[in-house]
Amino acid sequence: MPASAIDTYPFDNGMTLLVEQMPWLESAAVTFLVPAGCQRDPDTQPGLAKLTAEMLQRGCGDLQSRELEQAMDQLGLARNTAVTNYHTRLSAAMPATRLPAALTIYADLLQKPLLPATQIDDGRMVCIQELLAMQDDLSQKLMEQLRIRQYPDPYSRSSHGTLETLQEISIDDVQQFYIQNFTPQETIISIAGNVNSQQIFQTVNDLFGNWTGTETTQIKTTPPPCGHHHIEQESSQTQIGIVFPSVPYSHPDYFQSRGAVGVLSDGMSSRLFSEVREKRGLCYTVFAMCHTLREQGCVLTYAGTTTERAQETLDVLISELIRLGDGILPAELDRLKAKIKSGLIMQQESSNSRASSIAADWHLLGKARTTGELSQILDNLSCDSINHYLSHNRPANFRVVTLGSDTLDTSGVNTTDHTSTNSGAL
Amino acid sequence: MNHHSTVPSGIEFKRHMLSNGLEFVAECNPDAVSTGLAFFVRTGARDESVELSGVSHFLEHMCFKGTPTRSAEDVNRELDEMGSQSNAFTSQEQTVYFCSVLPEYQISALNLLSDIMRPTLRQSDFDTEKQVILEEIAKYDDQPPYGGHDAALAKHFKSHPLGNSVLGTAASVSALTQPQMLEYFHRQYSANNLTLAMAGNIDFDRVLEQLEAVCGEWLNHEIERDIKRVSFTPGTDDITNIQKDSAHQQYIIQIADGPSATDADRSAGQLMSTIFGDDNNSRLFWDLIDTGKAEYAVLESQEYQGTGIFLGYLCCPPEKQHELLQRYYQLTADLHENGVTQQELDTAQAKVCSHIVLRGERPANRMFNVGSNWIQRGTYETTRQAIERIESVTREDIQKVLDKYPLSPATTVATGPKTEQH
Repeated sequence: MPASAIDTYPFDNGMTLLVEQMPWLESAAVTFLVPAGCQRDPDTQPGLAKLTAEMLQRGCGDLQSRELEQAMDQLGLARNTAVTNYHTRLSAAMPATRLPAALTIYADLLQKPLLPATQIDDGRMVCIQELLAMQDDLSQKLMEQLRIRQYPDPYSRSSHGTLETLQEISIDDVQQFYIQNFTPQETIISIAGNVNSQQIFQTVNDLFGNWTGTETTQIKTTPPPCGHHHIEQESSQTQIGIVFPSVPYSHPDYFQSRGAVGVLSDGMSSRLFSEVREKRGLCYTVFAMCHTLREQGCVLTYAGTTTERAQETLDVLISELIRLGDGILPAELDRLKAKIKSGLIMQQESSNSRASSIAADWHLLGKARTTGELSQILDNLSCDSINHYLSHNRPANFRVVTLGSDTLDTSGVNTTDHTSTNSGAL
Repeated sequence: MNHHSTVPSGIEFKRHMLSNGLEFVAECNPDAVSTGLAFFVRTGARDESVELSGVSHFLEHMCFKGTPTRSAEDVNRELDEMGSQSNAFTSQEQTVYFCSVLPEYQISALNLLSDIMRPTLRQSDFDTEKQVILEEIAKYDDQPPYGGHDAALAKHFKSHPLGNSVLGTAASVSALTQPQMLEYFHRQYSANNLTLAMAGNIDFDRVLEQLEAVCGEWLNHEIERDIKRVSFTPGTDDITNIQKDSAHQQYIIQIADGPSATDADRSAGQLMSTIFGDDNNSRLFWDLIDTGKAEYAVLESQEYQGTGIFLGYLCCPPEKQHELLQRYYQLTADLHENGVTQQELDTAQAKVCSHIVLRGERPANRMFNVGSNWIQRGTYETTRQAIERIESVTREDIQKVLDKYPLSPATTVATGPKTEQH
């Protein structure tokens, strides 16, 4: 089972097809990234991308809503649709022989959706239900606030919208959003699994080659709000989030940063798990992760802990982030490499994870890395290279967001960036 | 005793029982790039008395806290050094410790996993880890359905131990002592109560040799679990409302009897719940989700030894609870009266079979499947056999399940900001 090459097929209409052949599998998977994410929501209509994606699934071509779902189930598609900040993302995994039929359906879904006016109120209610349920998801609520404190708007937006705007959106708005944003320009189709690359290219060319659409417009940004933030909420645990700036995936130093964060958070011997959970028993969930946009990146850190122990948890988290700046040890990096390497090899067992991975790579880098290339990058990482990076990029400029019944003392937390003026007790 | 049987595509099932009763089952696939290993311990919440509530899950955590030859740090470090994807979970009936590794690490992984099946259970670790468990309980207190799941099981099963909570409560876990856990460990982690399940690229003979060396001396004794079916008759329209003022939505859990893990009609039960309550393209989906009446509305079958349940989850704005439940009851009534259509059955079968194929590609998934099948049913089933089992179900089979197990009236618990009774 060798690491496969990735075939890239650019189309005249601006779309890109990526294919990774995995002949040892029975399955195939496809991911569509269409640049119709919630960053495209008009300022007055947050939630429009989400409602459009909901309406998109209510019939296409000759198929009414139920017939569409029926056809997908008969093909055995394990499918998902999500609206991220940048994209409307559709994905499906299936037995490989069903892929051409599945692509035919998705071609209609993306190019000939019915967007039925009669169902707009149902679609709206679906989005409102999701918005309400999200209010009960405290860790997600916290992480959304954390991104808002780090990235400029609209890159920090979540897709849910608000009750008020969702109630106002009309089918015309949805149709308009569809026309403006469901366009082959910048659309990525990635396919992995037991497929023949050339044949798949022909099929995709037949189905999507004539897709036309307008170019997407430039986005204006506004800087994030300053300082720390507390969300008052009655709860058993206080949710703690810390964000600090880092390099994006496209930056040459990304894997140095990723390596350092891996030492902090990947695995049961990682620093956060050991120091916060194992030694002190302060929480059940604790982690840090690299988060990346095309041109900006950050590190998000999270812990959930009962209110009386929240201050100690915050203090330990901050001290671990600062200690990371002093560097990592060779043994820590060796463990991390072993973990990522076996993860890369195990990706070869899943068409879904490869399809998703190469699509994300193309979006962020304009190229897709094979598992072989990733393995090579990993081999080239050294303790010295990571420590060199850390000595010039010590974790700093933290912004803290907490959610719970009590505020925490953040007066010791370094927020020395020029935009931050609100440090001190929350 | 060794039993080998060959199944298509180079995959071979092998098994062996050590003289102390510890079982080893393996689906060997020479083409796989990884190896999944798991110790399935036949113990869980249903094996706990009231005063031990939460001990199985707490013990699962404690197994990672060190052995006579390894500290907690050693355990965590070695798992990471192997590059393993590892974890553990506890349910009503099982405690499972698992890891996925590259094939060259299978013996190291076996050494480590088997070692932690004989933990030290030191008092100081017990005290620290208790805090982590209490944090885990607090975490779930803040998450929908806010204890509703445990409350519904307790209400449905009454004094039957399947109504026990896996996590326990803050009070029950706080009161647990290290000697109690030690006693429970000696009682439940007897060699004959453990099964090593593996899938993927396996050097069976070498693993077996090592298994004999590291686990062959473990003691065993007889362990009892009462698995006879108990019949439950829930009251009509009796909703237990649990007040949670900070919640925005109302979360409703419905439990009705269903086939057990060993009942022949369990496949029909699975397909019935797919047709009626899958999260996509089911009757509940079209009536309640697609129309935005509910945030979610699903029905799934849950099988235990000796008994089983159909578990319904509904979520909606608080003021819609009554309306939603009335509609749900109409839908169940229609299902019982008119059964399912052939097209619904065909679609559900296509969907379930495709998922079996997709999941079967990863040795980690096969490991769970092989282990679970073995300890629940004492059988091995290939992916192909699982597909045939699903495809053989007829509309009549589903009608029989519906006749035998009415979905309503069901045990109903609701959590959320709503207070008034209906």
